[in-house]
Amino acid sequence: MFKYTVKRLLGAIPTIFIIITVAFFLIRTAPGGPFDKERTVPPEVQANLNAVYHLDDPLWQQYVYYLKNVVQGDFGPSFQYRDYSVTELIGTGFPTSLTLGGIAILLALVLGATLGSIAALYQNSKIDYAVMATAMTGITIPNFVMAPLLTLIFGVYLSWLPVGGWGDSWNQAVLPIIALALPQIAYIARLTRGSMIEVLRSNFIRTARAKGLPHRSVITRHAMKAALLPVVSYLGPAAAAIITGSVVIEQIFGIPGIGRYFVQGALNRDYTLVMGVVIFYGTLIILFNLIVDLLYGYLDPKTRLQ
Amino acid sequence: MKITNKISLTAALITGSLMASVSFSGQAEMVLKRGNGAEPGSLDPQIAEGVPSSHITRDIFEGLTAEDPQGNIIPGIAESWDISPDGKIYTFHLRDAQWSNGEPVTAHDFVYGWQRAVNPATGSEYSFLLYPVVNAQDIANGKITDVSELGVRAIDDKTFEVKLNGSTPYILGMINHSVAMPVHKATVDKYGERWTKPRNIVTNGAFHLTEWTPQSRIVISKSDTYWDKSAVKLDKVIFYPTEDQNAELKRYRAGELDWTYEVPNDQIRWIKANLADEFRAGNYLGTYYYGFNTEQPPFKDNINLRKALSMAVDREILTDKIVTAGEVPAYSLVVPGVTGYEPIYLDFKSLSKEARLAEARRLYKEAGYSKQNPLTVELRYNTNENHKKIAIAIASMWKNAFGAKVNLVNEEWKVYLETRKQKKVTQIFRAGWIGDYNDPNTFLELFLSDSGLNDIGFDSAEYDKLNMEASLEKDPAKRAALLARAERIFLDSHSLAPIYHYVVKRMVKPYVKGYSINVMDHSRDKYIYLEK
Repeated sequence: MFKYTVKRLLGAIPTIFIIITVAFFLIRTAPGGPFDKERTVPPEVQANLNAVYHLDDPLWQQYVYYLKNVVQGDFGPSFQYRDYSVTELIGTGFPTSLTLGGIAILLALVLGATLGSIAALYQNSKIDYAVMATAMTGITIPNFVMAPLLTLIFGVYLSWLPVGGWGDSWNQAVLPIIALALPQIAYIARLTRGSMIEVLRSNFIRTARAKGLPHRSVITRHAMKAALLPVVSYLGPAAAAIITGSVVIEQIFGIPGIGRYFVQGALNRDYTLVMGVVIFYGTLIILFNLIVDLLYGYLDPKTRLQ
Repeated sequence: MKITNKISLTAALITGSLMASVSFSGQAEMVLKRGNGAEPGSLDPQIAEGVPSSHITRDIFEGLTAEDPQGNIIPGIAESWDISPDGKIYTFHLRDAQWSNGEPVTAHDFVYGWQRAVNPATGSEYSFLLYPVVNAQDIANGKITDVSELGVRAIDDKTFEVKLNGSTPYILGMINHSVAMPVHKATVDKYGERWTKPRNIVTNGAFHLTEWTPQSRIVISKSDTYWDKSAVKLDKVIFYPTEDQNAELKRYRAGELDWTYEVPNDQIRWIKANLADEFRAGNYLGTYYYGFNTEQPPFKDNINLRKALSMAVDREILTDKIVTAGEVPAYSLVVPGVTGYEPIYLDFKSLSKEARLAEARRLYKEAGYSKQNPLTVELRYNTNENHKKIAIAIASMWKNAFGAKVNLVNEEWKVYLETRKQKKVTQIFRAGWIGDYNDPNTFLELFLSDSGLNDIGFDSAEYDKLNMEASLEKDPAKRAALLARAERIFLDSHSLAPIYHYVVKRMVKPYVKGYSINVMDHSRDKYIYLEK
């Protein structure tokens, strides 16, 4: 297990290196630079700025310089938010994004798995149809439509919850978490339902029933564990989906997380900020996938490595 | 036992919370919650650029001059000033003012701030505002390496002298900009790039920075050391970043904001019907226009075509039906109402709509186009709903008037800026300009032949000459006349079609008092108070 983990971690290094390289050159191919504004600065000021941020060096030199700094854990200064370094910005944004994303994914897991199992147990009943119809709606309505709708209904019309902000009171977190979790709840519910139906028909469940085990323990002890396997392997993509979702959600609710920096950074051609977020998220997803694989091995002996 | 314990605990909690609430309402803080657009790029006065930063730097720093609620120039840290007879030397007499750490604000702090602004190592984007000062430009472009050569000096702790290249009548308004604000040198030296962090920063304005959580909030609190602190009524101002205008409006309606940065255009009709009392709009020092690329066909050397297209734009319909916040149809480049300047208008302003259209059609024919041989042209704008609506409307006006075929092209902002600057593929493009200071120069300088902002390719020796003469002229009336002649030449060339003049528009809760819209949109929280 330890050897496997180390091997996977070492294998991640080239991946991250490729991510850095591609992102570094890709963002620089976009027309316009960090200091191109409508109010164009005089050429000499532009030259000063470029010198301050090493933008006047040849591209390969900038690349080597950047790589060197990243290896030492320094993501450089932000071009747009000039009073902050990228490391500082990610440092202040990450706890927020983690809280938001973490709760959303937990909520998605618990609610999704519960709803999916209920639907499976009452297959083709009214409950099943209701759950699946809701899930389908949840998947098809994109979060940039869902989020403003939720704020309009619960924030403006009903005045139950705040419509934006973060950190002033706990209830500011409610709407963004729901908006972020909804599509995942729906997806996990469908996934659980499908695999649960399959598992309930399998031989080992029939055996368990034949042995006279009570219904409840057949479901919770035997069926659930097997039915959740596809959900566990979906957790990797789910984390990625939560991260991309948070980019939109943080923007709409005015939440000071990393996703917002990604959007702003790209629009402002804030090269270092975008790079920092890409590397950070890339590493995070690689790590998360590793955890999922380890978890999978624990849950499903068939995939366990020797 | 258990029960009594619980009861006494509950009782204690209740009395405790009651007492807490009593003491709270007894000394309720006066807090203003403002939406502030994008997250400020910096709060360092010499580095800050953009409107969101300026709203905050204006509250926490104070320059030599300041503004009253209507935007008129009033004394700031300088109590008074003398101007030499040739208008080239300004001597400012500073009042007794303190930094937030208790040290006195001196003329040396201004010398340091101004030198820092033009020092290439600072990388200031607004250093060019100080170019009227002797040697400023040469220091900024590295020709002079010694920043002390800059034409400013501290005669003593309380007297600051500025030497200008020419008489620059708008200098008093210009040095309101944060780039000319004083900076506490010891703090910058000690903390370097980290000096603007709340725990390090030393300020001299009406408020002091107490919290800055990027993308979340910036809190400023009333300063105890400000020279005019008795005039400051707010205890705290919280600035929230609000990039999304629709989300901002929702937060305002939900009572989470007292004041919005902007108002989404597509909501104005609804607001006027439902929240008319809280909608505040007033003229803004800016012009929205369509530029013609005069370096490429079809507009190169084709004034008739440019004029025909400009004449066929029904500006009144656009401001009545599309932008609707009270924008003013534009027939000039310089916004009417700029101090000390009589507005100059396009020659066809006085004509009726029918007469304009008839003349436009005649010019269109003269330019060599007809129903059989219609003009096909590209209209470019940066991706934005408002720009799109205007582009569609104008394209249809040209189609109705001439049968012209207009292709709409939109580009993401930075891409768009680059395309425009290259002047290769652009034909007609959307642009806008908000003046940096209250003077015609802030508009007219855009189209000098060597200006980096001249995306239309306007090139007139006469125009350049008049502007140059104006910059050296001492007499304000003569100077205004020279500038007016320059604008006349520019407007007669029809190198761009002014569409409308911008408005400042925002939502302000009825209990927010002391606010008055001014053309610069320079509001200072020093004057604001709440009456709940």
